[in-house]
Amino acid sequence: MALLEVRDVTVRYGGHVALHSVNLGVEAGRVTGLIGPNGAGKTTLFNVLTGLLPPSSGHVLLDGQEITRLAPYRRARRGLARTFQILELFGQLTVLENVQLAARLRRRSAPGAAADPRALLARVGLTALADRRADTLPTGLGRRLELARALAVRPRVLLLDEPASGQDEEETAAFADLLGELAGEGLAILLVEHDMTLVMGVCAHLYVLDFGTLMAEGDPASVRADPRVREAYLGTVPGPGEAGLAATAATTGSAGEEPR
Amino acid sequence: MHEFLVFTISGLTTAGIYAISASGLTLTYVTTGVFNIAHGATGMLAAFTYWQLAVGWGLPAPLALPLCVLVAAPLFGLLLERLVMRRLAGAPESTRLVVTVAVLVVLVSLVQWVWDPSTFRRSQELFAGKGFHLGTISVPYNDVLVLGVAAAVAVLLWLLLHHSRAGIAMRARVDDPSLATLNGARPSTSARLAWMTGTALAALAGILIAPKLTMSAIPLTLLIVNAYAAAVIGRLRSLPMTFAGALVVGLAADYAVGYLPKVHYGQQYLRGALPVVPVLVLLVALLVLRASRLRGRPALAVREITPTPTWGGGLGFCAAVVFGAVIAATTMSKADLFASTSMWGLAIVGVSMVPLVGYAGRISLCQLSFAGIGAAVVAHAGNGGNPAALLLAVVVAAAVGAVVSLPALRLSGIYLALLTGAFAVTLDNWIFQLPSFTVAGHRFDLFQGGTLSADRFRVGGFHTDSAKTFFITGAVLFALAALVVVAVRRSELGQRLIAVKESPAASATLGMNVRLTTLAVFTLSAGLAGLGGGVYASAVRSTTADSFSFFTGLTLLLLVVVAGVSSIGSGLAAGLLLGTAAISSAAGDSAARVTATLAGLAALALAANPNGLIPSVLRPAYEPVRRVPAVLVGSVGVVTGLWVLRLAHVVDGDVLLLGIVAVAVAAPLLARSLFDRAAGTVARAAGTAAVPGDAVASEAASTIATTAATATATATAAAAPTVAATGAGGGTVVSGPDEGLSGPLEWLGFDAPVSQTDLDVLDARLALAGVDESRLGEVRVGAA
Repeated sequence: MALLEVRDVTVRYGGHVALHSVNLGVEAGRVTGLIGPNGAGKTTLFNVLTGLLPPSSGHVLLDGQEITRLAPYRRARRGLARTFQILELFGQLTVLENVQLAARLRRRSAPGAAADPRALLARVGLTALADRRADTLPTGLGRRLELARALAVRPRVLLLDEPASGQDEEETAAFADLLGELAGEGLAILLVEHDMTLVMGVCAHLYVLDFGTLMAEGDPASVRADPRVREAYLGTVPGPGEAGLAATAATTGSAGEEPR
Repeated sequence: MHEFLVFTISGLTTAGIYAISASGLTLTYVTTGVFNIAHGATGMLAAFTYWQLAVGWGLPAPLALPLCVLVAAPLFGLLLERLVMRRLAGAPESTRLVVTVAVLVVLVSLVQWVWDPSTFRRSQELFAGKGFHLGTISVPYNDVLVLGVAAAVAVLLWLLLHHSRAGIAMRARVDDPSLATLNGARPSTSARLAWMTGTALAALAGILIAPKLTMSAIPLTLLIVNAYAAAVIGRLRSLPMTFAGALVVGLAADYAVGYLPKVHYGQQYLRGALPVVPVLVLLVALLVLRASRLRGRPALAVREITPTPTWGGGLGFCAAVVFGAVIAATTMSKADLFASTSMWGLAIVGVSMVPLVGYAGRISLCQLSFAGIGAAVVAHAGNGGNPAALLLAVVVAAAVGAVVSLPALRLSGIYLALLTGAFAVTLDNWIFQLPSFTVAGHRFDLFQGGTLSADRFRVGGFHTDSAKTFFITGAVLFALAALVVVAVRRSELGQRLIAVKESPAASATLGMNVRLTTLAVFTLSAGLAGLGGGVYASAVRSTTADSFSFFTGLTLLLLVVVAGVSSIGSGLAAGLLLGTAAISSAAGDSAARVTATLAGLAALALAANPNGLIPSVLRPAYEPVRRVPAVLVGSVGVVTGLWVLRLAHVVDGDVLLLGIVAVAVAAPLLARSLFDRAAGTVARAAGTAAVPGDAVASEAASTIATTAATATATATAAAAPTVAATGAGGGTVVSGPDEGLSGPLEWLGFDAPVSQTDLDVLDARLALAGVDESRLGEVRVGAA
């Protein structure tokens, strides 16, 4: 059974349906991918999962327990952590303090369970910048810091919102290794990403979201072969997702990967 | 029944006025994201202008009214947008609120300068109070006109927002930062239109409501504040709900006026409650409002600075404060000392704002009200100078603070500001004026309906009756309060507060109970404010509720923020400015007015730089002094020497004062030049040892030098050796913590928003490009 389960989640903003009856499962020990064009509802789903946005209907279950109405911080204490598409660092704190604070918050709810902040910084390659103010980091390094901060609360489920944007090819490759390693440690990872090389490389299972509806799911090979997915998203002509990615790449200076 | 109809008609009129005002407020908020606390003050200014035209100069109302509402007010709105509000785009929410508070304070002071408050003025209803009869009820034409105007405003706004291009652009919601970003270009036309319309509506409301009471700046300002309740019922978003809210508030207010005096029991307690009825409606509205979503961090144009004081620095500061107090206490005249001794109480109230406003970014408009509670506690429990009363003052104020903040914890910063404002007004106008009352067998007697007298503290044989001892004791108590704040900043709570300010969403998803953290800091700062009030009460010995008025509280807040609300020194600065204004008490009211005006004007500048004077000017200027021990010790030595000479009557007070000023000016200059020389030596040494890898660093250093030349020369001075040190390292990239870098680097972005170029320069200077590449392997090492 999936560690994190989404059942029939629907989100409406007035007349607009951002998510339409979405069902999804994230299993421990592997990376699950969530792809789709910009505006498909991926970040909305993350907000529902972490409690920042109440769904109009539907349920979210963590380890079989209903968490749909739980406050964000309670979900975090049960082992749900995330990163943000638009960086949400504590800019006035140093890089190390960002991770330390997360570890302290974890220690409060579960004594002894917190990770070592410096070890986490080393793991994402930020040791040299430990004492810099977080808001001086460029986007790519900021994303690594968000990952380290999320890991500091010792999550069981990790939600990553476009963690590779702003990173170059080599960095992304290293990042893929790190993801594989984390999954190997038993973490359940849900990855939202536009970089198809990364997604196809690390994900064991994929969900494709389009206009708030799940249009396909399965292992990467079958999703890639799915004609509807090809047409709507992965087609030879770059879809809206790729256009968005190109724009991101232009502003952050990283090279986006064209889907194969 | 007849009576009921009369109250209903007048209630509907009041509702119409509130609706006009509240819709203007909502319009500007929705369009520009600025919640204009000064909205009521704008209306008040218009009321005075109208009074001048119609009553003062005798212009006919049909000419004066359009002149005010359709010409003067939109022009004023345009001016406001141009000079102040435009620059608030990209400022933190707390800064936006503080700047509108500054506008309020400036407008109130301005009106008090122009129209002497001691002269009695009364505005006239339109149609000179004439009316017609509807059955047995007489209906003034004025009321009919007001209702007609309110309806017209509703229709026109609806047409504007739904059927005009400009209006549809205005509806682009700004409270969602990401949506605003997607909007692309700054909608400056919409903003201008919104400010013009909003100001015109405020003016109309102000003119219409003025005849209901005498022309007096603060009550008029606060009366329109009642429209905030209507706006909150409309969730600062929906105009129809705002009109419905206005109906509730207006009717409630007028039924209260009609029926409260008929209550047979407790009349002496209820009389003061009349003005606060809308405030109570606001409270209820806030309670039923749905919780706001936790949001992320808006993109800010200016980098905020919240210095982390070291224990050494904090203790040094406190020692300097107490030393200064000892010098002052031993050299100033008894009268001057007594007049300025209240500064310590105000300074403690000021420092109580640092954790709440500075660290957590939450605005409280009622810190001085908590001080009032503390003062009342000390006056009643501190008979015979029992110092335990101070502790009790802290506990009571903290408890009240916790209760007050509870309803707003679920809501965004604006609502907390509104709630605290409402609370301050309630206390100011009603609770502090109450005669004694009995609850559960205990008699409460807050300000005894007038003056409150407090004893000065005694501990065993030590008493603080003399002006001298009390002055020093006050300084010590302030130092203790400042150290508490230093401890908070350095603790986990301090980090949590900053995290909540930076990103509530990230804090919550990392497992932080954001509401609990907010509650904690609110309680803490209310407690500190209570301590300040207690010290104030026993400093001045007899005090009235006026000392803790809403308006004085606003001035104090502005002074603290201008000084730099994230630094503990800001409390001292505010206390000094507000507390010693009493020295020139011959000037009386006008001294306080000067302080208020200046504070307000200075606070307007916060839009460009929210950090305040201490972190952007004073700290950088005095940083070299801290780093050159010889200068530090020398300065203390010179001041001590002068002080000893003064005590021995060798020199007089003026020489001492001049000497202190001279040291204060000379010390940073001397330290800087010594520092420069040392830096130059290091730089030359580095220059000879330079390797090609340093090219980036030295180039960056020169760029920074150019940038800094326009900013402060100090920044360069302090930065130079760090760069040099990097160079001396022989081409290796910066590795590990670099104590020198974090300080001076922060000061570079003060005078201008930090641009991408600046960031690039900083990155280059930190040799970040190098770090990027060379550290890449680390991820793989970790992964392997």
